[in-house]
Amino acid sequence: MATNTQSEFPAAAAAFAPAEGEPQKTIAGRSPWYLAWRRLRRNYVALSFLALFILIVACCLCAPLYSRYVADTGPNDGNLSGTITENGKKIPVVSTGHVNANGTFKVGGIPVGPQLFAAGGKYFLGADTQGRDIAVRLLYGGLTSLLIGIGSAVICTLVALILSLLAAYYGGSMDWVISRFYDIIWAFPVLLLAIALGTALALNGLHAGPINIEAGSLWIPTLIISYVLIPYIGRPLRGQLLSLREKEFVEAGVAQGASPVRIMFVEMLPNVASTVLVFFTLIIANNILTEAALSFLGAGVQPPHASWGNLIADGEKLIVSDPWFALAPGIALVLTVLSLNVFGDGLRDALDPRSTVKLEH
Amino acid sequence: MAAFVVRRTIGAILVMFVVSFITYLIFVKIPGGDPAQRIAGKLATPQNIEDIRQKLGLDKPFYVQYWDMMKQLFSGSLISYSSQLNVWDQIKLGIPATFSLCIGAAIIWLFFGILVGVIAAITAGRWSDRLITVLALVGISMPVFFLGIVMRYLLAEKTSVFPDSGYVALTKDPAQWLYHLILPWFCLSVLFIGFYGRVLRSNILDAINEDYVRTARAKGLAPRRVMMKHILRNSLIPIVTLFGLDFAAVLGGGAILTETVFQLHGVGQYAADSIQSLDLPPIMGVTIFATFFIVVFNTLVDFLYAYLDPRIRST
Repeated sequence: MATNTQSEFPAAAAAFAPAEGEPQKTIAGRSPWYLAWRRLRRNYVALSFLALFILIVACCLCAPLYSRYVADTGPNDGNLSGTITENGKKIPVVSTGHVNANGTFKVGGIPVGPQLFAAGGKYFLGADTQGRDIAVRLLYGGLTSLLIGIGSAVICTLVALILSLLAAYYGGSMDWVISRFYDIIWAFPVLLLAIALGTALALNGLHAGPINIEAGSLWIPTLIISYVLIPYIGRPLRGQLLSLREKEFVEAGVAQGASPVRIMFVEMLPNVASTVLVFFTLIIANNILTEAALSFLGAGVQPPHASWGNLIADGEKLIVSDPWFALAPGIALVLTVLSLNVFGDGLRDALDPRSTVKLEH
Repeated sequence: MAAFVVRRTIGAILVMFVVSFITYLIFVKIPGGDPAQRIAGKLATPQNIEDIRQKLGLDKPFYVQYWDMMKQLFSGSLISYSSQLNVWDQIKLGIPATFSLCIGAAIIWLFFGILVGVIAAITAGRWSDRLITVLALVGISMPVFFLGIVMRYLLAEKTSVFPDSGYVALTKDPAQWLYHLILPWFCLSVLFIGFYGRVLRSNILDAINEDYVRTARAKGLAPRRVMMKHILRNSLIPIVTLFGLDFAAVLGGGAILTETVFQLHGVGQYAADSIQSLDLPPIMGVTIFATFFIVVFNTLVDFLYAYLDPRIRST
């Protein structure tokens, strides 16, 4: 949308032209992206939530450092027989059952609760039943969840964009086939389909021709989530692109003999770029939620890999004795998704000025 | 209109056929998913596996197998591979819990969604609007299963305000039925309340600027009447579509997370359990069951739309 604000309204520009004698000021042409950025810049709520998201990503990226220098244990390292020193007292990471002097039983297998700084940064959030450090797993799990969320959003958006461009440009039978493809995925019970695929592939991996994905690979949940959510972006995009296809500038491109690829990617694509960007932000949030749901049900990220979803599932079993085990990954998950949703909302308001006008009424 | 109905109905049947076929392909073609081998166990001889394969008809071409399975499915004689129980009977056992959960939650989310959306739109820009907008975003960002776990922990395990999970049949004890379902209902509704509230708020704010609203005001109609008769009625049309689709999705397995967290033993949980053991017949049964609702409600929404807006019928 390289519209020039100066040339669009020549009459208006003339009316506002400075009177003779006054110093001539040049009016800078402002691109729609710049205007959107100016609107976004004033939206402090959206920007602070973007900062929160960046902070969460940064924390998760520091997982290897935390694991190595503070917690001194890997995300998948069990520590069933280990002890930690708390206030000079040695206590086992996972309690062993024994009979007390007064004859009462002590049940074994209960991991230590949150230590905060009592054990020098170790077991900040306590241990799980295998003696693994929950805080380390939380950070690594965040890395996994973000990786899958962003990765599947990229794949999903790209596939939906290319399919919709093809459908809109060629129309006819191409459009029919692609629309029916969307319809079929749309008619599937999404969560059931994802769980079914996830469980089936988690057992043996995917081996089909040149594609060779091992069982337990993070590619499996990533691909499943991107596949099942394609129509959610594809359908609205196709509609928008179909109406663009009828516009004069596309006709002009065809008349000038521009190649289909050029028309699709140079003429049509920039006009939906803002929509795609907003969808991309919101779909990351959605995909992180889907990944968490799949992993919670055991059909997503496979153990011993940690993800926020399977950490919540592990924590649920111990929720009465150690509520923070389930609460910490859950809160991290909610904050991440919330920050993306708020920022995505702000982005839409900034890119689509109509909605900002709407808000003022 | 008649031609439109016929066309859409044929389309819906085709979609159901394709969906069931794809589900079948996913589970037949996935390597290591050979049911005969799983039933026979790790110590089985090749002869054992071959016998089971013949008994279940797994040696036939896959399209014949698919046809046989669909025949069994519709005659109600489909048997699960692992538990040997009749699939329809199991689904029927789960239906009361799933329907109670979904219908109750749908009423709650529709009521509160509309209420919240209207309040936000009427007070747009004021503190109540901002609060609702923030809460709606939090609701949308809240994973259903995490909300369920937190609700269970705070309200049923730490303090016993509500019973801790389980389902009591309505016919057995209506009071307990209600008591057991309150938490799951709200857990399932939160996402939709947030979502509908936001959609409705922006629809109403769009509609306020329309010419017909200005005309209604210029006629001197009371603001309340303009809101109810002119603005709200038009703004609710997209909500009708959303509601049809969401309700179908929730009935057809969308409530699987809520059912699992609260141990309601509905259709969704049956599906989750069958998927864990890669038991093909129940997965087929539940997928067809779910797709049936999704396709039927999609088609109904199409009909309703065509009825409301005659321009759609030609497409």
